[in-house]
Amino acid sequence: MAAPSAVLKSEWTKVRTVSSTMWTLAAALVLTAAVGALLSGVMNATYDDLSRAEQLTFDPTLVSFFGMMLGQLAMVVFGVLVVSTEYSSGMIRTSLAAVPQRAAFYVSKVVVATLLALVVGLLTSFVTFFVGQALLGDHSASITDDNVLRAVIGAGLYMTVITMFSMGVAAMLRSTVLSLGLLMAFFFLISSILAGVPATRDVARYLPDQAGSAVMQVVPGALDSDKLPYGPWGGFGIMCAWAAAALIGGYAVLKKRDA
Amino acid sequence: MIEARGLTKTYGAKTAVYNLSFTVQPGLITGFVGPNGAGKSTTMRMILGLDEPSSGTVTVGGHPYRKLPNAPRQVGALLDAKAVHGGRSARNHLRCVAQLSGIPQRRVDEVLDVVGLREVAGRRSKGFSLGMGQRLGIAGALLGDPQILLFDEPVNGLDPEGILWIRNLMKKLASEGRTIFVSSHLMSEMALTADHLVVIGRGQLMADMSVRDFINTHSASFARVRVPDGEQGQRAKLTAALTEHGGQVQPEDDGALRVAGLPLPRISDLAHDAGVRLWELSPHEASLEEAYMRMTQGAVDFRSTVDQRSGLQQPAGPVPPQGYAAPAPGYAPPAAAPGAPPVQPGYAPAAPQGYAPPPPAPPHAPAGAAAPAPREGEAPR
Ligand SMILES: Nc1ncnc2c1ncn2[C@@H]1O[C@H](COP(=O)(O)OP(=O)(O)O)[C@@H](O)[C@H]1O
Ligand SMILES: [Mg+2]
Repeated sequence: MAAPSAVLKSEWTKVRTVSSTMWTLAAALVLTAAVGALLSGVMNATYDDLSRAEQLTFDPTLVSFFGMMLGQLAMVVFGVLVVSTEYSSGMIRTSLAAVPQRAAFYVSKVVVATLLALVVGLLTSFVTFFVGQALLGDHSASITDDNVLRAVIGAGLYMTVITMFSMGVAAMLRSTVLSLGLLMAFFFLISSILAGVPATRDVARYLPDQAGSAVMQVVPGALDSDKLPYGPWGGFGIMCAWAAAALIGGYAVLKKRDA
Repeated sequence: MIEARGLTKTYGAKTAVYNLSFTVQPGLITGFVGPNGAGKSTTMRMILGLDEPSSGTVTVGGHPYRKLPNAPRQVGALLDAKAVHGGRSARNHLRCVAQLSGIPQRRVDEVLDVVGLREVAGRRSKGFSLGMGQRLGIAGALLGDPQILLFDEPVNGLDPEGILWIRNLMKKLASEGRTIFVSSHLMSEMALTADHLVVIGRGQLMADMSVRDFINTHSASFARVRVPDGEQGQRAKLTAALTEHGGQVQPEDDGALRVAGLPLPRISDLAHDAGVRLWELSPHEASLEEAYMRMTQGAVDFRSTVDQRSGLQQPAGPVPPQGYAAPAPGYAPPAAAPGAPPVQPGYAPAAPQGYAPPPPAPPHAPAGAAAPAPREGEAPR
């Protein structure tokens, strides 16, 4: 086998030489920032219409990250494609013939995509924050306020962990269509529906995206929402556990099944 | 050197490869021949540690592939020409593979030159023709300058010039002492290219011998014998008499009989003794391709012959010719073949090496049966 650094290098070449990488990551940044900017502007304009309770718990940092709803989907696509195109193209056989140690192959792929997602995630979160705050005018927060920097970095980490979770799911399902279908439906619809219905709300809090987004809150019970049973890092930890479980599941499938 | 011992692979209820044992020697081109669906690609994947054998082992240079030190420098493989990410250029694809294998980047341009893709190296492989795809796959296999090379159907989609090119390339590689294992569903191609043959049908070993031996064994002569039209009884009687005296008799499509293992005068005498009149008794030579098709189709056809009879309620008589490719998808795993006797006459004496010619008189040959049922392993054609 080649040295681990060579496998890492190869995975980096793979990621960098397909255009889908550029498109999905650019979409993540633009969607998150643009939708966040739009909603920040709207909030600023309609601030006076908010209820008293909402005004008291107004969380400008969280508001600027509202675009994450859409932006995260682009990260999901990125994470899925990194893994699933190996299968859809048949490249997986070439890859595993070259690196028979499947763990080395898998870890390299996950590490490279995760680092890239982290860079893009942090870039996105800072851009999004500053653009959003600029549009929130008088109601904006400053990066130096308590807990705001944690929330901004947390937003970048959130995007990173969403990507990791998606890679794990794609490694388990081995299909672009299946993985995207499942994850898109889950993050865009199912999760928010479950969170909206009182009967399932308590359970939905432990879903990866619901739990993870706690890290983006600066004001507890922001915008008059329910108090969460975990803190910002606690919620993020739950999300990380989901991602770890998905990645371990993905590895088990890769290790066990025929390529 | 590649060594397979008792290699078996089942996918659910489907047996793709059954009890396959063979050795691939260095310095030779070993042709791996069998009809579509015979299990060639499955075997290749098991050699490369991509698919786990259900039972049996296969080693490369004495190690299972996954334990082979520095595997990509020792073994190069072309599995599927389309197994590249279409959005990546040829050069970038090779770069990825080279990096995975720890091979220096300048080697990429070298192999691009070898396969003649230098000109289009910057283009996305999505737009490549099948032939260009094969060349790209071959370039990938050559990257590590490996001693052992596996090519799965490399001439698929190549034009005659391309076929000649790869044939010469493989010969050159073998002459350098490398081990070349190349699959094809065309015996004619392998007879021209290979030194040694491993023939499989329905996942089982049919022959493992040098090309020369294969030709000598299978270009055997036979006689065509014809009884008067419409005299089924005569035909059956003659079949029984010839079989009893050591002939191998198979019905031909047009109602004639193909008889091997008996000289022409002897056939005439036996017919005379049995009181059967002959309309035709002529000498013939079987071609290599024909021998191969009979051998592998025997395995393939056995089951579909049975299917056709029960499905269409056909009356007894010569079974209509079977399409060459058609039966492949539907054939059953060896163990599940309906009515398969424990021993498969013809090929079954499952000698791990070497194709055993059909015994002169199979013990269960139906002496005096109404119509000569096609024996398995020797389907009608
Ligand atoms: N992954 C798989 N799952 C189920 N069946 C398979 C799989 N791979 C191959 N087969 C079956 O095994 C048989 C042998 O296939 P293959 O090795 O591709 O044959 P060949 O390469 O000789 O044409 C075929 O009948 C094929 O349908
Ligand atoms: Mg094949």
